[in-house]
Amino acid sequence: MTALRFVFAKPWLWSFVAAFGTWLVTILFTGGASTLGLSQAALTFAAFSIIVGLGQMFVVTLGPGNVDLSIPATMTLAGTVALKVMDTQDGAILLGLLVTLGVGIGIGIANYALIKLLRIPPIIATLSSSFIVQSIAIATNRGIRIKPPAVLAEFSIASFLGVPNVAWLALVISVFAWVLLEKGLFGRWVSAIGQNMRAARLAGIPVDGVRFLTYMLCAVLAAIAGFLLSCFSGGAALNMGSEYLLTSIAVVVIGGTAVAGGFANVPGIWGASLFLFLVVSMLNTYGASAGVRMVLTGVIIIAVIIAASRKAVR
Amino acid sequence: MTATTTNPVISVNGATKSFGAVRALAGVDFTVHPGECVGLVGHNGAGKSTLVSILNGGLTPDEGTIALNGQPAVRYSIAQARATGLRCVFQELSLCPNLTVTENTRVAHRGLRGFGWRRRARALIRNKLDDIFPGHGIDVNQAIASFTIAERQMVEIATAFTDAGTGLSLVILDEPTSSLDAGLASQLLAYIGRFTAAGGAIVLISHILGEILSASTRIVVMKDGKVVADRPATGFTIDSLVGAMGSVVRTREGRGAASAATGTPVLSRPARGQAGRAFRVFPGELVGLAGLGGHGQTDMLVDLYMGETNAWLPRRAAAVAFVAGDRAEDGNFPLWSILRNMTLTLLPQLTRLGLVDGTRESQIATDWRQRIEVRTKDMSNPILSLSGGNQQKVLFARALASNAAVVLMDDPMRGVDIGTKQEVYAMLRAEAQKGRTFVWYSTEMDEVCQCDRVYVFREGAIVAELAGAGITEDSILAASFAEAAA
Amino acid sequence: MKLLTPDRLRLLVPALSLAVLLGAVFWLQPRTMSYTGLNLLFNLAVPIALATIAQMFVMMVNDLDLSMGTFVSFVACITATWVQSDPLLGYGALALCIAAYSAIGVVIYVRQLPAIVVTLGMSFVWGGLAVLLLPAPGGSAPDWIRAMMTAKPPFVPMAIVASVLIAAVTHWLVMRSSLGVLLRGVGGNEKTVRRAGWSVLRARAIAYALAGVFAVLAGMTLVGLTTSADANIALRYTLLSIAGVILGGGEFIGGRVSPIGAVIGALTLTLAASFLSFLKISPDWQIGAQGMILIIVLAVRLALNRREQRGARP
Repeated sequence: MTALRFVFAKPWLWSFVAAFGTWLVTILFTGGASTLGLSQAALTFAAFSIIVGLGQMFVVTLGPGNVDLSIPATMTLAGTVALKVMDTQDGAILLGLLVTLGVGIGIGIANYALIKLLRIPPIIATLSSSFIVQSIAIATNRGIRIKPPAVLAEFSIASFLGVPNVAWLALVISVFAWVLLEKGLFGRWVSAIGQNMRAARLAGIPVDGVRFLTYMLCAVLAAIAGFLLSCFSGGAALNMGSEYLLTSIAVVVIGGTAVAGGFANVPGIWGASLFLFLVVSMLNTYGASAGVRMVLTGVIIIAVIIAASRKAVR
Repeated sequence: MTATTTNPVISVNGATKSFGAVRALAGVDFTVHPGECVGLVGHNGAGKSTLVSILNGGLTPDEGTIALNGQPAVRYSIAQARATGLRCVFQELSLCPNLTVTENTRVAHRGLRGFGWRRRARALIRNKLDDIFPGHGIDVNQAIASFTIAERQMVEIATAFTDAGTGLSLVILDEPTSSLDAGLASQLLAYIGRFTAAGGAIVLISHILGEILSASTRIVVMKDGKVVADRPATGFTIDSLVGAMGSVVRTREGRGAASAATGTPVLSRPARGQAGRAFRVFPGELVGLAGLGGHGQTDMLVDLYMGETNAWLPRRAAAVAFVAGDRAEDGNFPLWSILRNMTLTLLPQLTRLGLVDGTRESQIATDWRQRIEVRTKDMSNPILSLSGGNQQKVLFARALASNAAVVLMDDPMRGVDIGTKQEVYAMLRAEAQKGRTFVWYSTEMDEVCQCDRVYVFREGAIVAELAGAGITEDSILAASFAEAAA
Repeated sequence: MKLLTPDRLRLLVPALSLAVLLGAVFWLQPRTMSYTGLNLLFNLAVPIALATIAQMFVMMVNDLDLSMGTFVSFVACITATWVQSDPLLGYGALALCIAAYSAIGVVIYVRQLPAIVVTLGMSFVWGGLAVLLLPAPGGSAPDWIRAMMTAKPPFVPMAIVASVLIAAVTHWLVMRSSLGVLLRGVGGNEKTVRRAGWSVLRARAIAYALAGVFAVLAGMTLVGLTTSADANIALRYTLLSIAGVILGGGEFIGGRVSPIGAVIGALTLTLAASFLSFLKISPDWQIGAQGMILIIVLAVRLALNRREQRGARP
């Protein structure tokens, strides 16, 4: 009874149940032959959605209308510029990382400057800035594919204790995000702003500072994900971030974070990211065509949301 | 009285209602006859709101029956209530802010449709506004969002009294004058008299007992989910009403000699307007902001608050704290527990390296829960599980628990029962004794009279400064209305 | 009565933005100041305006439709195939699409789901269906739609006539009719509408159905202009439609929308694309410049709003 109530009180558990179910069905179809490969691939690809999803989660928690649409452009620009700066030299890795962080911080500042100065809804502000960022990425890239430094390329595809390195990185970032959210003053403030911004300001919360940091955090995480992804896939591509626009929002919501703001959940991001990747690979295994795969992905996303639709109150 | 010979508009027999473990109504009989104005009084949590929800069909009683015009009602609902001619004006304002007055009238009436609906709706609401609040100056083609809170309440009341052909037999007014100044309130009370004389029925809920006594023909007193008194209004006095509600009438304790307004002011604002006066608050003072509702008091408080705090950088120690009066808009965090709502402002003091000390947080919250007697079993219950008065106590605790030297209060006693008010008054006096400074905007005269010094507002500017024995109802009213009389 | 009520100002700003942009285009390319020129400039405005109106119906009840682009694409695919080959099946499918939109509105309300995520899931569904129906670009426009879209009315080009017509019809429907008042009321204060004895469920079902109707019209007119369809033909419409509503003075929540403004917003966005090509901006920076235009328009709107507010204060 208490166990059951525990499950029902934690909507994000559903995402793990769903992810595990999908994993099991896929494994069963292949007779267990792909267990290790599938699990590693799931962890690897989920890691990228987790990193961008965490940033998007903090932004969404800021309240209705808060969503960062510039994530794909940020990923592309960070990957492109960092690889260009490093120019395949192992010695320039630190510089590349700094440039990545710089790109994230810069875009975060630009995003919040637009939101604040133009008083426009974040969805439009980040959309506008994403256009500009994308143009900068196109102009920087010029269709030349630069390889990542060998050490980085090696690192991004290697595993430690059977778990892909990128998944370890995602774990470290997730723990950091969890502490920030659940134990930190910052998380409490973000949640308060998401519930009632005016009341938050009148309760003494530095609303602008917190929102600014949140958008910056989101952009920095997107930049890191872009950097990792371009190392992992052997070079930056102009469309490499595009699928993460929808994915970042989907993992946040399937993961149990309130879309109306005020309530966030870190573990759910993991469940949702794994689930989304596993659904696609399950359908691939069953030989579904691209159209069928898309339709089913959509239906499953909606079904999960309906199944998990319970109001979280704390 | 002929009332007993006609069928009652609505009668409720033996109604009970529980929400989980809380028994909101414990067997209530309630009847309204045509031509009556029934005053309904009781503490917060006495069951008034639940009874009103049952009357208007929003809630179904667990037990008991409802009869309309003497006929038992089956599956009573909001739609049926409206069809019977029953209307409600709720305590929180409930108009669509994006629509004009005319369009809101249309939303309220199903019958207003087809060709020329806009013209008919406009005439309907304009005439009713003129009827109830002569000289109101409200443009019915403007969106509600552009009106002051008092104007919105006027529109809301007038909308409830409009009749688009479906008949109108009973109007329930839940704290209708909470945002209206004295002049508008008396216009409304006069209209209630005309309405009942013409055979209409009213249920009037108000915490201003003078209003209840003067407007009602019969008064029903509720306590702990039961009706404890039901007599003609002439049988009551303010003291006997308060006695029936069960709260203790405490004699007002003065603060003794008013503190000397000397030294360096903790807060100040230059004078505004031609006849305006400068605003200054000295340490340890209890300063009142008075005047008619909506004349710039809240703006001043928010301006003071914004001036002393920073929206970009956090401060470890809060210099000022704010107690909201409009809980839903300015105070509550609806997803959070009572505990989290209470500790929010003091949180930076409990934070090391960005991490909140949870143990100390719950210790402090438990302390304050006892000090202000928040009626809950568990501080981890959601804030919205509390009654309005208890939510307000949590907001007081949020401000007082912080180390802010100045506390700004924005008419925080709106819709709070007398018992809670007395507790809060005592708390404020004790805190002021310890050297804390309070700036208190209130729409209620006896609250303003508790202050050391009072600034009277009119049209956004301070027009009078009263101190000590000079703070009287007469002097405040005189300052509030000076220009209107000229 | 004040001459410049907030509602009128809401319209004035987008109208001015459009006028300034149009002036700039005329100045850059005087030949556009003709019947043919205007026709070319606003050629694609009609489907965008219809999609913007569809988005506006959803935003009117405080939701956001992220599936608009894929839905319009899917409708375009149906129009270019079934409606052409088997009219009964084609129109039946379109009617079903409208019913589906209405059903989505109902599900979102009944289960209290976040519209952003449900429509995000639906975007996969529509996209998948479109790929299944038309895996490669193709099909052809039904003759009557083609004829209608390429008609040459005297004096004023078709695109302008159609835009004025759309604006007039939807203005009456949303701002003047008693149904429109009720629908906006749901956006403004749902509780009040329910207390007054209305069915909020029905109102939302109607709002979504209207969105479906206008989105279907958008897809059909789009095929009338392009003569063929593909599954990705209108993906941009999701963001264009949201931007159009906002540019037109609409807001994300509170039922504050303006149909005339929305059409003007759609025209502005269409014109922005032409404006850029006249400026001979390098293709690398086309997207970025589009973002800049969005930002500039919003900044101008803010400045005008501010000035007006200052003027209005006593």
